[in-house]
Amino acid sequence: MPNYVLNIRRFSPESGEPAHWEKFEVEMEGHRPVLDAILHARNTEDGSIGIRCSCQAAICGSCGVRINGNPALACNTLLRDAVATAKDGATIDIEPMGNMPVIKDLIVDMDAVHWKKVQRVVPWLIPAGEPPEREYVVPHEAMVDVTQTMACIHCGVCVSDCLSMEVDPEFVGPAAHAKAYRFVGDPRDAATETRLRDLAEDPHGLYDCTHCFKCVEVCPKGVSPMNQIMRLRRRATGDFKIKDANNGYRHEKAFVSIIEKWGTLHEAKLLPDSYGEGIFGKLNPEAQKQLIASAPTAVRGVLSGKVPPLKVIHHHKLPDQKKIKDIYKKIHGRDDRIELNLYIVGEDADALAAESAPAEAAATAADGGES
Amino acid sequence: MTVGIISKIHPVRSHSNAAQGGINAALNPDDSWESHAYDTVKGSDYLGDQDAIAVMCSEAPEEILHLEHLGVTFHRNEEGLLGTRAFGGASAARTYYVADITGQAILHVLYEQMLKYDDKIDRYEEWFTVALAIDENGRCNGAVMRNIRDGVIELFRAKTVILATGGSGQIYKPTTNALVCTADGQAMAYRAGAALMDMEMIQYHPTTLLGNGLLITEGARGEGAHLYNAAGERFMEKYAPNKLELASRDVVSRAEQTEINEGRGFPDGSVHLDVTVVPKKRIHEALREIVMVGRDFAGIDITKDPIPIRPGQHYIMGGIKTDVDGLTDIPGLYAAGEVACVSVHGGNRLGANSLLDTLIFGKRSGHHAAGVAKSMNMPKISAKQVDDVRDEINAIMARSASDGRRVSEIKAELGETMNDKVAVYRDEEGLNSALEVVKRLQEEAKTAYIDDRGTIFNQDVLGAIELGYMLDIAETIVMGAIERKESRGAQFRTDYPERNDEEWLKHIDIKLKDGTPTIEYSPVTITQWQPQERTY
Repeated sequence: MPNYVLNIRRFSPESGEPAHWEKFEVEMEGHRPVLDAILHARNTEDGSIGIRCSCQAAICGSCGVRINGNPALACNTLLRDAVATAKDGATIDIEPMGNMPVIKDLIVDMDAVHWKKVQRVVPWLIPAGEPPEREYVVPHEAMVDVTQTMACIHCGVCVSDCLSMEVDPEFVGPAAHAKAYRFVGDPRDAATETRLRDLAEDPHGLYDCTHCFKCVEVCPKGVSPMNQIMRLRRRATGDFKIKDANNGYRHEKAFVSIIEKWGTLHEAKLLPDSYGEGIFGKLNPEAQKQLIASAPTAVRGVLSGKVPPLKVIHHHKLPDQKKIKDIYKKIHGRDDRIELNLYIVGEDADALAAESAPAEAAATAADGGES
Repeated sequence: MTVGIISKIHPVRSHSNAAQGGINAALNPDDSWESHAYDTVKGSDYLGDQDAIAVMCSEAPEEILHLEHLGVTFHRNEEGLLGTRAFGGASAARTYYVADITGQAILHVLYEQMLKYDDKIDRYEEWFTVALAIDENGRCNGAVMRNIRDGVIELFRAKTVILATGGSGQIYKPTTNALVCTADGQAMAYRAGAALMDMEMIQYHPTTLLGNGLLITEGARGEGAHLYNAAGERFMEKYAPNKLELASRDVVSRAEQTEINEGRGFPDGSVHLDVTVVPKKRIHEALREIVMVGRDFAGIDITKDPIPIRPGQHYIMGGIKTDVDGLTDIPGLYAAGEVACVSVHGGNRLGANSLLDTLIFGKRSGHHAAGVAKSMNMPKISAKQVDDVRDEINAIMARSASDGRRVSEIKAELGETMNDKVAVYRDEEGLNSALEVVKRLQEEAKTAYIDDRGTIFNQDVLGAIELGYMLDIAETIVMGAIERKESRGAQFRTDYPERNDEEWLKHIDIKLKDGTPTIEYSPVTITQWQPQERTY
């Protein structure tokens, strides 16, 4: 049987000693989870190794840790996969999740961060008036849709490595925003606009996410928190025209109209268009401060060559303007937004196959604009 | 009046999460609670109390609507009304569900409600209950707790106490039950003098993953999945020609075990669950969790490959004996859910009846306990028990490696013994040897040692206390199984292979009297459904 070396980050506040690493060797089959190896070490060598764990089936959300620097559940990460990402190719580093204070060894204080943020999004259904005599009649698809966010097990893995939260600890964060979508996407909830306005107008809310995809990558349940944040934004802007505190609404509008006009991103126009209505347009007063704060970014863009001085003045239009117009026409012509949801469309491969070619092209165009 | 909720883990970590398939209720206009009740009675192999079953089944529709109104995201049919799926042992499709995370969805929505009423409910999350506080009149007036975060021991006074601590699956290895299911509530009530009932009735779930024993929802068969042996035969045709894979769980588990024992299983000791017959779109929306379990824990794509499965320990029908208001033998003490035995499941629980049992009798316990609490003053209570608990914990921490075995070793031996001797098929010889092992382990546990002597998050010392709980309860399970000299529901005795209504249509109660487990009997309540031969 193969031998695995676990390198566990230890910390006991009572000992008076600083945090340190401790190695444990465990003989175990490679298809067994990392949690089994940790528990084996605890059961046979050192009963004081602290880790929360319960179901061993990726459903209770207790055993979030960092494995080789990446946040994951210990119970559904297999040893052979963990060793494949080991920094030295052999030793599996296991440490507590980030962005939350450590209580002991691999146990972090989720109340101080995660649960506080969940409470922040008013996490209960707010229906209009008294309930009906029987059930609420709602579309099948709507309930399947919110099941993706109901599937969140509150393990904290997305919170652990959220970049925005690292910079702004007040950021509402990926999991709590996903919880918010669970209500915004629920047709029984009557507080949709209030919820969206609340999160959009909070400078630590909807538009505080930097779109880095980390939470999508690490979520063990396919909740895709960032995608839920983007859906909240689309609801906030598209359905309710909510002007947010971080100017995200105008920024997005600027993207869309620049691509529509030029076919590619006119970098030099993005910043002014996001804050006003073009270089020569009227500047939105609320945005003035932010525009001034963004000045260094613009200067850096010029200096780094990302936006060559000539391009500031002259930007080429893509030659085939009709194709671009067709994409916009097709998207605007749809009754419903097409939303990616694993419960509805299946795995990524199925999703790609299900998406029609023009929709894909539009997605690529939009993504290209943001890069 | 105030309410406090005390839990040794954060509430959303609770094992109700693991209830995947759904919750039963006769809510459709063409269904009836009597039909649901009859299926439950038949499923129980006539050991369920019919008055309690009537309460559960008749209150079920209202409870589903209540949950729906609170926000549970039950899946709909094409008309936008609550949708159902088929489940084992049921004569109608009456299982309401949220994909295959029904328990999780209900638990999380109830936690949402706790957050909503944050100002009315005191939550004590990560507090471990060590003992119930019983006064000189034998009334339960609270409990003694250890705060896991800082090791502080406190006495909580209460006018009424409701145990909702769940099951005891960790007595077995493997089990579908989480590591926290260590018989805490059953053991504490039993030590305080409450009767346990139907303890011999241990459910083996027909579809648990080979290897680690993870649960594959009965919803998979509800959605149409088949079972095959190594010869490619759909073997349930032999055992349950009408209901096939959707016979009740004891029947399907026994059929699988027979196939495996008689050499028709696969060489790895499994039979196969084939989900590929279910349309892929339906698998993605309704069996998502199982797709992930297959991918993460078995390395297979269940939309393409069969799943190697076998029967595995899943649920205990028995528990603390209660009435239909959750009241136990001990005044002031209530129990609801898997920890309790009303008895609505008798010899075998139907799939999707456990969430229902928990919710109906949890609510009834709450109402009754609140009514009692309103009419009384806060009891006075001696602090002596706090000292007892502190001494007990200090004594555990003082033991050293030279005194005995590791707690974890004893737990492992217990689990393997129970799974070997007190499983799907049982006989007197095996059961007697299991009892001997349990008694020896009880002695060994007295000197079992741990490593952690700290106060902050000392999970090691809690493990030692949990081991004590499990050993007490394991003894009652084996005693009940030895006592019941017949085959009924989940109890199949190869030495008594027939059901014997004349002698054994009765509950076995086990009570601690002067420190000795003592067996008593209580009658089964039969109202309108007389025992019949049970076929599916």
